[in-house]
Amino acid sequence: MVTTRIDPERVLRGPSRGRETRGTRVFGAFNTVFLILLCALMLYPFITVLAQSFSSPGAINAGQVSFWPVGFNTDTYAAVMQNETFWRNYGNTVLYTVTGTAIAMVLTTTYAFVLSKPHLKGRKVLIGIAVFTMFFNGGLVPNYVLISSLGMKNTMWAIVLPGAISVFNLLVMKSFFESLPKELEEAAQIDGLGWYGIFGRIVLPLSKAVIATMILFYSVAFWNDWFAAFLYLDKTELFPVTLFLRNLIAGASTTASEGAAAAGTTTALVSSNIQAVTMILTVIPILCIYPFVQRFFVTGVMLGSVKG
Amino acid sequence: MTLTSTERPAAAPAAPPPPRRRKRRQTWREAFRRDWQLYSLALLPLIFFAIFKYGPMVGNVIAFRRFRPGGSIFGDEWVGFRYIEMFINDPSFWHVFTNTAILGGLTLVVCFPLPIILALLLNEVRKRHFKKIVQSISYLPHFLSVVIVVGMLMQLLSLQGTVNQIIGAFGGEGIPFLQRPEWFRAVYVGSEVWQTVGWGTILYLAALTSVDDSLYEAARIDGAGRWRQTWHVTLPGIRPTMITLLILNIGTFLNVGFEKVLLLYNPLTYQTADVISTYLYRVGLVSNNLSYAAAIGLFQALIGLVMVLSANLISRRMVGTSLW
Repeated sequence: MVTTRIDPERVLRGPSRGRETRGTRVFGAFNTVFLILLCALMLYPFITVLAQSFSSPGAINAGQVSFWPVGFNTDTYAAVMQNETFWRNYGNTVLYTVTGTAIAMVLTTTYAFVLSKPHLKGRKVLIGIAVFTMFFNGGLVPNYVLISSLGMKNTMWAIVLPGAISVFNLLVMKSFFESLPKELEEAAQIDGLGWYGIFGRIVLPLSKAVIATMILFYSVAFWNDWFAAFLYLDKTELFPVTLFLRNLIAGASTTASEGAAAAGTTTALVSSNIQAVTMILTVIPILCIYPFVQRFFVTGVMLGSVKG
Repeated sequence: MTLTSTERPAAAPAAPPPPRRRKRRQTWREAFRRDWQLYSLALLPLIFFAIFKYGPMVGNVIAFRRFRPGGSIFGDEWVGFRYIEMFINDPSFWHVFTNTAILGGLTLVVCFPLPIILALLLNEVRKRHFKKIVQSISYLPHFLSVVIVVGMLMQLLSLQGTVNQIIGAFGGEGIPFLQRPEWFRAVYVGSEVWQTVGWGTILYLAALTSVDDSLYEAARIDGAGRWRQTWHVTLPGIRPTMITLLILNIGTFLNVGFEKVLLLYNPLTYQTADVISTYLYRVGLVSNNLSYAAAIGLFQALIGLVMVLSANLISRRMVGTSLW
């Protein structure tokens, strides 16, 4: 694999494209306006959900809420936060995310380290074992049968184990390890350090940035997952918060689809309020870390995955 | 995602000629003596792959065997192609197959080119702070759980939601989008664009930086304007990335966002919304016809594999770029 190191500065600067003419200035202005509108469109769903979460059910019912709260109140937040199941499921999400990420990091870093050693006999087979699973997978039913027969249903392991290695992350990590200077490892070998020592004392400390990136990739994936829980967990007290939210949404949509009967509308709308609050509380951790880590995300994706 | 110059997966070494076999075996022993620590590090991940990735692949044999819940996970008795024949003769299967192809095709046609266009537009931005802000905002939807995305869609598209407020402002009649089969595809593809267009630009922006500045210089000397520079220098520069991503997209073409469809559809919209994976989910895990559903799943996975391989082959023949 070719490792192309991308200079983030260069990405931001863009190419130099000669003198400004009137045509390019007009184009530049249109481009700027277009991109601003695009950003507004990208952000709008967040804004409307935020507005709904602070609005009164009556205002939502009347279709008055768009990007600003109408009938401002924090009662819905109070109601959701008093819900014990919500907090319990939120805690489960944290637990699954931390455990899943820890397991995933151990497996991914060790395997990527092994794969990054070009001299290793059988390396191509080891890589092939991983890459093949990107293009062919067992499918839903055999996975379900497997997890059930391993007795993992209604345990955390059904959530955290099957997703433990993302081959994409593995390959990014592998190419990072390959880009580390060989001299350090050679020197360590001469000093009598084994591969365990080289891995733990030399390679890992040099890879803090890529490790941070991978931790974030995995935690976002585990945080957002709902389907594994939906398949394998039956007990409400084990649900992650995404499944809690899914059940709110599914409940609301069946009420709505059962007809435009006036009786149904009030309950559906109260829950649209609650849905908004639950959504906000679920994305908040991601929104909070996002500004600090997106630089890592970007370099993480670019690293080693580009042959220009 | 490994691009182009990755190793061929699992290329089994050709059987060595007899006189060298002995020497070969010895090198394996040497390799183990020298690198046993490395091999031991690979052990846990290999167990993981064996159980959670290759286990289910082998588990697909239940597509050819009668499966009894509680019995062996590999089924009890061979029934041959019974389940395969069953779905080939099942009109509902062909209905969901068509739905899948249409939905996947629309998604590919719409979601593949848009990130390229956005990347080109971003590439023209001179003010780096502005560019950075646009990038940050457009990547954001990529990090949301599909549950959140569907929740947002439901709020936006409900009878009280923004879209219907706008329709109402123009005097139109409110539309319950999520209950109308004719709207499902638009809703699905639209939300897919929202989620993927920004994130999809990353690889293109990276590829754009590797286009040599002197090529632009040369094009300018030849009198090429901005537009022709883009056409003759920029686009050829990112072509390998485009082809690689196209191959990957084609391979996953039939796996249209299963989770999103599952959350978004309802019996009222099955007509257009039901896809292979949701159908096999209902048949297999809701109605418990596990073998039948496994047969459909296997068929889908094989089509996916064949499509990646053929897209790869075609692009290697025609343009000389391939995944491996």
